[in-house]
Parts: sequence; structure tokens; C-alpha cells
Amino acid sequence: MLSIKGLNAWYGSSHVLQGVDIEVGEGEIVCLIGRNGAGKTTTLKSVMGLVDKTTGSVTFEGKELLGEPAHVRFHHGLAYVPEERRIVAGLDVRDNLRLGLLASRDKAREKELIAETAKIFPRLAERLDQTAITMSGGEQQMLAIARALISSPRLVMLDEPSEGIMPVLVDEMFELFRDLKGRGVTILLVEQNVELALGIADRAYVIDQGEIVHQATAAALLADAEIQERYCAV
Amino acid sequence: MNGLSLDLLGLQLFTGVALGALYILMAVGLSLIFGMLTVVNFAHGAFYMLGAYVGLWLMMHGANFWIALVVAPLAVAGVGLAVERVLIRPLYGRGIDYPLLLTFGLSYIIVELVRVAFGNTGYPVDTPEALQGAVDIGVGYFPLYRLFVIAATAVILAALWFFLEKTSFGLIIRAGARDPQIVRVLGVDVSRVWLIVFGLGTGIAALAGLLSAPLQGVIPEMGGPILAEAFVVVVVGGMGSLAGAAVAGLLVGIVVSMTSLFAPEMSRVAIFALMAIVLLIRPQGFFGRAGLMS
Ligand SMILES: Nc1ncnc2c1ncn2[C@@H]1O[C@H](COP(=O)(O)OP(=O)(O)OP(=O)(O)O)[C@@H](O)[C@H]1O
Ligand SMILES: [Mg+2]
Repeated sequence: MLSIKGLNAWYGSSHVLQGVDIEVGEGEIVCLIGRNGAGKTTTLKSVMGLVDKTTGSVTFEGKELLGEPAHVRFHHGLAYVPEERRIVAGLDVRDNLRLGLLASRDKAREKELIAETAKIFPRLAERLDQTAITMSGGEQQMLAIARALISSPRLVMLDEPSEGIMPVLVDEMFELFRDLKGRGVTILLVEQNVELALGIADRAYVIDQGEIVHQATAAALLADAEIQERYCAV
Repeated sequence: MNGLSLDLLGLQLFTGVALGALYILMAVGLSLIFGMLTVVNFAHGAFYMLGAYVGLWLMMHGANFWIALVVAPLAVAGVGLAVERVLIRPLYGRGIDYPLLLTFGLSYIIVELVRVAFGNTGYPVDTPEALQGAVDIGVGYFPLYRLFVIAATAVILAALWFFLEKTSFGLIIRAGARDPQIVRVLGVDVSRVWLIVFGLGTGIAALAGLLSAPLQGVIPEMGGPILAEAFVVVVVGGMGSLAGAAVAGLLVGIVVSMTSLFAPEMSRVAIFALMAIVLLIRPQGFFGRAGLMS
């Protein structure tokens, strides 16, 4: 479904991604792991169109994405939940959710979709009129995920969704990812919490210094203490 | 103080409000454009002047004031759209000084072109017939046209507020001003939004220019002083805030008209002193967010 081939990315003159290859099949949960600074975020940003200079090929359902602006990639059915969550300050929870629908063809069903989303995210349902920025980190992360999901994307990329969030919420969140998979949503997940991520993933890639250095089924990688030690120890 | 001078003060207060109305119209555009595009638009005063001249040209060619008041802002908004699309857009992402210098240069070009077309000397503009005369507002007779300027500004502000707070496009603007990247990721073509905001801002500046014409006449340099005053209003009110522009615009208008009653030569000094005081006490202005410039 998503096919990344020989992806290179630069920030200014620093060559950060050096030929990344990743395949994500329809309905899969694929996990991308690696040390700090390995290039995980840059990979997701490049797929979404947020890195200025990229070469290689990124296709989504056969369509080439490189060269398309980010907002066009959204319309292909791609969603991205950034590392820093990016909840918009000054807006309440409802308006943050509405943002997820602004460009969507489903805008006419706004009320209905917000109600549906509130059912999936009960923590948000109680806080629709609260200023989003006053919520806890975990609740904000839930909101960022809900905002990305409300337009029913086909593939969601999540960058370290469990970072700095209390364990109860993390469990709730990963339960949700399993649910999403059940509903046919494809997921590309970047995580530091390797065990947890491999627990729900089908396959995993290990990235180091901008290159994919290992790939395996999640189960095999979970059992491979050596690789985990070598590339993922923080 | 006797009653007469109190009435005079009251009238001068209203004069200040009418002046403030023009500042407000200028400041909301500057503030929106800065908030969204991070462009310090030094051509805003030139668009104000252009609005007045396009209106003048229309009236010379048989249009009445009301038609000019609708057509001139639309025409200048069109110029604004072209300027953003062709000149400013290539400069995004290059730092705040590039568009600043560009619009600074552009303002000189626009003023020069108007001089070529209309000459160096100004023109008086008649107050539209329906708005001639004065009405008793309790403290004395106040020119009807100035009341109209105040009312028109109130209507524009209310419409802008509704647009920003109650429509989907307004939501995009509010969110995009704080985080353009997330808005793009959610499927919005932000560059189109920037284009529209720039056009909207220049259109409102043109409207202000034409509204000022029956009060002050038109000359090619008319955009200079009001641009400086509008910058003061934006800074005092807080960058990117509609309410801030409204409150600060009124305040600056009243300060200018009051000082010009007592010490006309001090009125420019007074507004910069006001700005200095506000900045010392509240660097982000009345309604601004701290750290916006960092
Ligand atoms: N905006 C930027 N400008 C310049 N260099 C950057 C930028 N963002 C990231 N880098 C560099 O690119 C490399 C890859 O960064 P990236 O953020 O993709 O790593 P990551 O795997 O997501 O790390 P982390 O686990 O810390 O989130 C790092 O060396 C980083 O310093
Ligand atoms: Mg990262």
C-alpha cells in the first residue's frame, strides 16, 4: 500500500536519510524503531511531504507522492500524528477536531463525525468545550490521534505516541490501535517503547543513521535480544 | 472648567473615535497579514492611498461615492492578490526581512505610479450628499460623515469577527496563524489561505483610504503617516488580535485628537510615547500572545 524505495532526505546540506526502503501492506501495523536521531521522524515527515529536499520514491496505492505538497497527500488518504502533537493553542477540543475535517469531503457530516469520534475517545467526549492546551499530555495525544482519524484516512503514521504519557493511557491507546487495525486502517508506527510496539505490530524495520539495517516480523524481532540491544538501547 | 470646554472635549473625543476607526481598519489588515503570513506589510499605506485614488478615479468617471466604496476596495484587493501571488510568495521561508524590504520598495513604486497618473498635488473629495451636515450628539453638533465612518468600521469589525470565529475558513485562519504545518497536514492548501488573507487585508486598507478621502482629501503621500500610526496600533493592541486592534485603535485615535486640541505639534510624539509606555509595561501589547516574535 505504502512503498518507500531508496528514500533520501536532507536538512540543508546534512544528508539524513540515505536510501530508506520500507513496505507497508494494506491492513498491517508496521513498526519503525531505532535510536534517537536515527531518522525515524524524518522518514515519516518525508512521506507526508514536510521535508524540503527528498529523492527516491514514495508511492501510496501506486501513486507517486514525492513532489506533491503535504495537503495533497492528505487527500490521498494519508494521516500523520507528529511527535510534538501540535494541538492548536487557543482552540477548544471541538475546534481541534473540526480542523481534522476542514479539508475533508465529509465536512457536511461534521456533527455526526465528531459525535462518533467522541464515542471512540470518551476522554475527549467529556472535554469538547475545554481549551485543548489545558488537557494533560495524554489527553492531548488522544486528541491529536482523534483529529487525524476523524477524516477516515486509509493509512495513519504515528510518531512516538506513547512518549511522556501515563501507562493507563498508553494501554488504552494501544488497544485503540488494535481496534483500528481490525477496522482495516493501516498503521506505520514509530515507537521508543519497543516491546509494546512489537506486541501489536505485524512487522518491524530497524533504522540506524538514516539506513534500514534490519527487518523482521514483530515476533522474530521481539525474540532477538541482540538486535534490540545493538540498535534500540537508548 | 466651564460647560463649553467640556462639550468641546466631548466632540474632540468623538473626532478621536472617527480617526481611531481608520486606524482600526488599517491595523486589522496589518495584524492579520502579519499573524498569518509573518509579512510586515510596508505597502499597506500605499494600498490605503490606492483605494482612495481608485475611488477618486471612479467618481471622476461618473460613479457615485457608494459605488466607489464597493468597487475600489475590490479592485485594490485584486492588486493585493496579484502582489502576494507573484511577488511575496517566492519569499516565504526566507526570513522576515525579505518581504519587508519587498513591500517597502513596492510602496514607493505604487506612490510614484500614482504621482505619474494623477500629479503631485492632491484632490479634495466631496462628502456624499446623504452624509453632509451635522447631527446633535448631546455634546454638540458632530459631522454626520464621521458618524458614518465609525458605523462602517463597526460593521466591518463585526463581519470580520463573525468570519474569523464562526466560519470554517476563519477556523483555518486561526489555526494556520499558530501552526501552518499542522493545517497543511490536515489537507488545507495553506498558500491559498495566505493569498486570501493578503487580499482581504489590502481590500480593507483600500476601504479605509477611501473613507478618509472626504475628511482629508487625497494626496499620493497620504499612506505614510497612517501606516506608522497603524503599526503603533498593532503593537499596542497586540500582534494578531482583532480586539486588540479595536481597543488600541480607539485609544490612539483619541490620544491624537486630544493632543492636537492642546498641543497639535505634539500629537505624533504622544502616540509613540503611548507605545513606549505600553511596551514597557506589557511587551506583547494589550491582547497579544507573549513570545510571538521569537
Ligand atoms: N529540522 C532539522 N534540521 C536539521 N537537522 C535535523 C532536523 N531535524 C532532525 N535533524 C537531524 O536529522 C537526524 C534524524 O533526526 P530524526 O528526528 O529523524 O530522528 P529520530 O529517529 O526521529 O530521533 P528521536 O528518537 O530523537 O525522535 C538527526 O541527526 C537530527 O539531528
Ligand atoms: Mg523523532
